[in-house]
Amino acid sequence: MLSNGLQVYLILAALLLAAGVYGLVQKRSFIGMLISIELILNGAGLNCMAFNRFCSPDPAIGQVLTLFIMGIAAAEAAIGVGFILAVYKRFRTIDPTRIFILKQ
Amino acid sequence: MSEYRIIAEVVFYLLIVLTVAGAVLAVTARILIHAVVGLAVTFLGVAGFYVYLGSPFLSMMQILIYAGAITIVLVFGTMIGYTPRQIVETKIRDKNLRLALPACLVSGVVLCSAVVTAGLGTMRQSGDTGIADIGKRLLYEFSLAFELISLLLLIAMVGAMVIVGGQEERDAE
Repeated sequence: MLSNGLQVYLILAALLLAAGVYGLVQKRSFIGMLISIELILNGAGLNCMAFNRFCSPDPAIGQVLTLFIMGIAAAEAAIGVGFILAVYKRFRTIDPTRIFILKQ
Repeated sequence: MSEYRIIAEVVFYLLIVLTVAGAVLAVTARILIHAVVGLAVTFLGVAGFYVYLGSPFLSMMQILIYAGAITIVLVFGTMIGYTPRQIVETKIRDKNLRLALPACLVSGVVLCSAVVTAGLGTMRQSGDTGIADIGKRLLYEFSLAFELISLLLLIAMVGAMVIVGGQEERDAE
């Protein structure tokens, strides 16, 4: 029974984190970086829920914690897209490699 | 093992494949919209895991907030910021890949080996919690955190509007 083991969920969360880190370093667009951050946050939420199910004496706490993670992820996505729009208005591009005003 | 358990196991394997495939698509797709679709698939897969972890409520929240709201926001950002020609990501530079692969491998391998070697046996599972209990907890025990996160969302919303909307006036001056 694979679905009854804590390890499966933890390894899945680790894979989500690894994919997110890979995307965060490799992507060359702001949206791509946001996508990677969402992957990492999802891995964190899955971890929380797995430990909540298998290790916690009180099953409500982990769910509340995961809800808070979701709220913070929503705030982060709103701010991120806001930044993207602001950068697009200012520079007419959102290619991170072409925005180097601090270097000049 | 009854048939229902077998079906549940098969669905679980499918969810694993779906989640991992979605995550891989999200970080390797060259076209950004494809990456967002991969991300949405991953969100739905994780929502399925939440059902297996005994919380249908969080599964619904995952679909509402992540697969619904955040995916739409990302699609919106993609479509408003990129002209069709720019949607295709330019060729990945070797420097980025040289940095990305070790970072991904180190974090993944270290965490997976830690999980495997930790010797976590089969554990008892806690029972399911109802929505009523979560709601009471949110308003009694975690009321401060609840209020703080609503404040955080408000600040994020106003901040996003200020960041985006303030630019035009300054340009006009």
